[in-house]
Amino acid sequence: MTFLEEIGGYLIMIRHAFSKPEKAAMYSKETFRQMADIGVGSLPIIAIISTFIGAVTAVQFSYQLKSIGLVPMWWMGSIVRKGLILELAPTITALLLAGKVGSNIATELGSMRISEQIDAYEIMGVNTRSYLVGPKILAAMVVVPMLIVIAVFLGIIGGWAGGVLGNFFTTAEYIRGLQDDMKNWDVIVMFIKCLAFAFIIASVPCYKGYTVSGGALEIGKASTQAVVYSSIVLIIVNFFIAFFLLDSGG
Amino acid sequence: MIEVKDITKSFGEQSVLKGISATFKEGKCNLVIGKSGSGKTVLLKTMVGLIEPNTGDVLYDGRSFTKMNFKERKMIRREIGMLFQGGALFDSLTVEENIRFPLDMFTTMTSEEKLQQVNSCLSRVNMVNTNKKFPGELSGGMKKRVGIARAIVLNPKYLFCDEPNSGLDPKTSLVIDALIKEITIEYQMTTVINTHDMNSVMGIGDHVVFLHEGLKYWEGNRDEIMKITDGELFDFIFASDFLKDLRRNAKVS
Repeated sequence: MTFLEEIGGYLIMIRHAFSKPEKAAMYSKETFRQMADIGVGSLPIIAIISTFIGAVTAVQFSYQLKSIGLVPMWWMGSIVRKGLILELAPTITALLLAGKVGSNIATELGSMRISEQIDAYEIMGVNTRSYLVGPKILAAMVVVPMLIVIAVFLGIIGGWAGGVLGNFFTTAEYIRGLQDDMKNWDVIVMFIKCLAFAFIIASVPCYKGYTVSGGALEIGKASTQAVVYSSIVLIIVNFFIAFFLLDSGG
Repeated sequence: MIEVKDITKSFGEQSVLKGISATFKEGKCNLVIGKSGSGKTVLLKTMVGLIEPNTGDVLYDGRSFTKMNFKERKMIRREIGMLFQGGALFDSLTVEENIRFPLDMFTTMTSEEKLQQVNSCLSRVNMVNTNKKFPGELSGGMKKRVGIARAIVLNPKYLFCDEPNSGLDPKTSLVIDALIKEITIEYQMTTVINTHDMNSVMGIGDHVVFLHEGLKYWEGNRDEIMKITDGELFDFIFASDFLKDLRRNAKVS
């Protein structure tokens, strides 16, 4: 398949994924099932990683700022907060989810394709792209922003713990920094990133899994491709969102 | 009744179906037989719309399937049940949820009515008390029976079976064949079965279509097929020299 055919196939799948459902109740049930799969299943790993990302950000920046000596340490709260909201929490969480959720989705749909389960849905008259792909994308777009918000909060707590334990700053200094120069636009940009990333994390693996043909080997390949492609697209989209939005609203 | 009219299908340079026409009768077990690669599965998938033909038409009681739009196809598919080679049961759902799925999706029945219908179908395929089992806990034959139960839960007019006996022992194959035959008569369905199992041909082959290299080579019933003395169909039926000799000896005696 050529690159253009892949893009065309992906766009057609997306169009069908949001067509009118046969029975709304069945679709919402499937969406909630996917939300539980993506959200609950990913929470522990997100919690651990975001806490330590916040901690290491605080320690490393403090170490460098201390060596310069001209910058007040209460800035650390602001640096950790801004870094987590604008970049670290959305991007690292999304990359983690691209690996965990993306491979799950591609494998699940690929197995269903190979074992003719998708054909079985089609024969029944179910719009498979709408029933199998739509709820996954929708669930990701609801759950991923929640996970990223949790990651921001835990990262901030991790930053406080890392800095205070390392005697780089006091709790009062950190809180002062957290409250300093807070811009709503930063949070809006974070949510724009969350939604864009969620869409990519779910839709790219859905496409790779849905279009698998062959056998078990192809499912493995599709799963790997899903993770690689969605990670690359995610990083590129991350750059463009930062490039176009960060200077426009601030 | 299902009519297939001059169906052709190619994949790239390879022509798989070369103008197949056949009629599959109501209340009968219509068997499509042929060697591996003869085009049986492609024909079956073309008939149900999983593969689009290059030319030709499929008529369901006079209704042209290939000319239907997406919505019309969705409607007619509710009259179709299909048993897949591996059962194609939904892994994440229990037996009960698998069979109930079409009822949940397409009917306004109450929960009690759905459960009653599910249990009735399970009982019909001799699978009572398996409601809470997952497909992974079932044997090959049990999966096929649950697949049949799911296929008939909406009382379809047309039943398609793709290699229903593949992977099953001879005894279980006979049970599945008998079940398909009984259900076909009971529901007065047009049943199309894709197989290369000669036991099925002799057991339930009311009407048999033999495909060879993408062409319809022969059409008849199970009694007529035994009168074949040479050609591709003869080679297919009596694939082993042992069977050929056995038949020649029987003729001589």
